[in-house]
Amino acid sequence: MFKDIFRKPKYVTLPSTGSVQQQNPPAAPSNRKELPDGLWVKCSNCGEALYKKDLVENDQVCTSCNYHFRITAHERLELITDPGSFEEWDVELHSNDPLEFPGYGTKLKQAEEKSKQTESVLTGKATIEDSPVVLAINEGNFMMGSMGSVTGEKITRAIERAIELRLPVIIFSTSGGARMQEGILSLYQMAKTSAALARLSENHLLYISVLTDPTFGGVTASYASLGDIQIAEPGALIGFTGPRVIKQTMRQELPPGAQTAEFNQDHGLIDLVVERSQIRSVLGRLLRYHQEGADYGTTLRI
Amino acid sequence: MAQHFEFEKPILELEQKIAELQAFSRDKELDLTQEISKLQHKLVRQKKEIYGHLEPWQKVQIARHSERPNFYDYAPLLFEDFIELKGDRLFADDRAIVGGIASFRGIPVTVVAHVKGKDTKENIQRNFGMPHPEGYRKALRLMDQADKFNRPILTFIDTPGAACDLEAEERGQGEAIARCLQAMAGYQVPIISMVIGEGGSGGALALGVGNVVLMLENSFYSVIAPESCASILWKDPGKAKEAASSLKFTAQDLLALGVADEILREPLGGAHKNLTKTAEEIANGIAKYLEKLREQTPETLKQQRYEKLRAIGQFEERASQEATGPSEIDESFEITDSADTTGL
Repeated sequence: MFKDIFRKPKYVTLPSTGSVQQQNPPAAPSNRKELPDGLWVKCSNCGEALYKKDLVENDQVCTSCNYHFRITAHERLELITDPGSFEEWDVELHSNDPLEFPGYGTKLKQAEEKSKQTESVLTGKATIEDSPVVLAINEGNFMMGSMGSVTGEKITRAIERAIELRLPVIIFSTSGGARMQEGILSLYQMAKTSAALARLSENHLLYISVLTDPTFGGVTASYASLGDIQIAEPGALIGFTGPRVIKQTMRQELPPGAQTAEFNQDHGLIDLVVERSQIRSVLGRLLRYHQEGADYGTTLRI
Repeated sequence: MAQHFEFEKPILELEQKIAELQAFSRDKELDLTQEISKLQHKLVRQKKEIYGHLEPWQKVQIARHSERPNFYDYAPLLFEDFIELKGDRLFADDRAIVGGIASFRGIPVTVVAHVKGKDTKENIQRNFGMPHPEGYRKALRLMDQADKFNRPILTFIDTPGAACDLEAEERGQGEAIARCLQAMAGYQVPIISMVIGEGGSGGALALGVGNVVLMLENSFYSVIAPESCASILWKDPGKAKEAASSLKFTAQDLLALGVADEILREPLGGAHKNLTKTAEEIANGIAKYLEKLREQTPETLKQQRYEKLRAIGQFEERASQEATGPSEIDESFEITDSADTTGL
C-alpha cells in the first residue's frame, strides 16, 4: 500500500552538456585506482561517471556508491590535520639497496618520481582538532606502500619520539606488505615496529591504527594490527594473504565481500568502520578521551 | 625411497661404484683395498667440494628435504623431558605449531616449534607446517607463561609460511602474528630462536624475535619464497633459482646482515645425514647462549633484544634528489598490482 509512496521517483537522465562529455570521455578504468586526469572520473566500483570537482569536494568518495578512492599520504594529511600543524620528520632517510637487488635502484627512483615522496611512509607531528599527535601515513604510490628498512626506521623513530614527547600515535596503513627487494631486512621491520609499539603501550600511550585500502601481508601482521583502537575505511581490503594468492594456492573461491573492512569487523578484528568524511571528528574525539591528565569522570558535574 | 638432488649425482655415482667394488672384492675374494680407499678419498673430496659450495637454491632444496629432521626428531636428543601442552584456549589446537615445557641440561625451558609432517597423511594434519592463527595464539599463551614463571624460551623455526586460506583470514592471521612479535619484544626472559629448516616470511618471524637467532648451516630465512618472488618480479616461477640468490636468505647472508648471531654446522650433505650430530650441534649452541643470557637481568634482556631489532635495517641519510629525467622502464610492468595481492 505504502510501497508507491516511498518508492524513489524515476527521473529521466539527460546528458548534461553533451559537448563537454564528448570532449572529455570518462577516464579509462585505471587499475591503480587513483584519480586520473580529466574532468570526469569513472568510479572503479559502480562505474558511474563522476564530475571530478564533485569527487574532490566529497573527499574522493563516490557520490553514487560511497566507494572510497585511494588517496595519497598528503591528501590524507590535509583531510585529518589542523591546517599548518604538520611538522614532517626524517625526510632525509633513503634506502641504499642493501641487497643490491636486481632492478631495485631503478624502482626506487620511479617510486620517488611517481609519489613525490622519499619513502612509503610519511611521519611527523601534527594536531587533530587541537589535540597533538604523532602521525605515520603510508604512501600507496611508493612501491605499493611496501615496508623496507627506511619505512620501518621512520615508523620506529616516530613511535620513540612519541614516547619522549608523551604523545599518542596514529598510523594510517596502506601497504602490500614487507618489501621483497630488501629481503630479511624488510621482514624484521615488522618486529622492529612491533617492539616500538610494545614500548609505547608500556608507557600507557594511545595507539590508533587506521587501515585503508589495501593493507596486507607484513603490515597487517605487524603495526597495523596492534592498535588499542582499530579503525578501517569502508570497503577497504584488509588481510594477511592477498585474494589472488588465496585463490591460486588454495584453489579456494572467496565469498563476496571477503577481506573488506566490514568482513574484518564482522570477524571481530576491527572496532570501527569510519567514513572518510567522519574520520577527523572520530579521531579528534578519541584523542580527547586519551589526553594526558584527562578527566576520567572523577569530578562528575550534575 | 630416499630423496636425492641433481647436484648430488656425482657423489651417489661414486658411492655406488665403491659399493660395487666392495661387493666384487668380497665375491671374488680379491684384494681391492687400494682401489677402494682411493675412491673413498675421492668421495670425501667430492663431498667437501659439492656440499661445501652449495648455491642458495641448493640449500633451499636441502632445507626442504623430505627427510630433514623436524622438532620431534630433535626433542628427545635435546631434552631430558618434554611435556607437550596444547591449545590456544580460544578456538582449537593447531598442529603446525607445537609447544610445551622441557628440561634442557637440567634447566626448565619453554619450547615452541613449527612442525612439518613426515608423510602426506601427517602433513595434512599439520597443514604442511603452515600454522593458522590458533597456532600463533597457542605459542603466545605458552610464551606468556614462560615469562610468568621465569623460564627461558626456545623457538624452533621451520615453516613455508603462515596458512594462507580464508579460515586464517577470518580468524585474524595478521593480528595473531603481530601479537607474537609485540609480546616477544616485551618478555623479560632469555629467548633463543633457531631456524632449523625453512624460515618462511611472517609465519616464521612470529617465533623469531629472540635475544639470539641461530641458524642451521643449510637453513634459510626469507621475506618470501623464492618461487613466489620469481613469479611476482619476473612472472616466471621457473626463475626461483635466480630469486634465491637475489634474496640473500642463507644462514651466511643473515649472519652478514646482522639478523643471525651464529651458524650451527650441519654434517656434510645436510642435517638428515646425521641426526645425532646435528642435535649435538644445536644443543651446544643453546647451551652456549643460554648460559650467557641467564646471567643478564630481566630488564637487560629486554633492552638487549630491543637493541638487536633496532639495529636491523640499512639506509642512508641524504637530501632528496631532484626529479630525474623520464624513465625508460617498461610501464606495462606493474609492481603495484602484484605486491597488492601478494601479502608478504
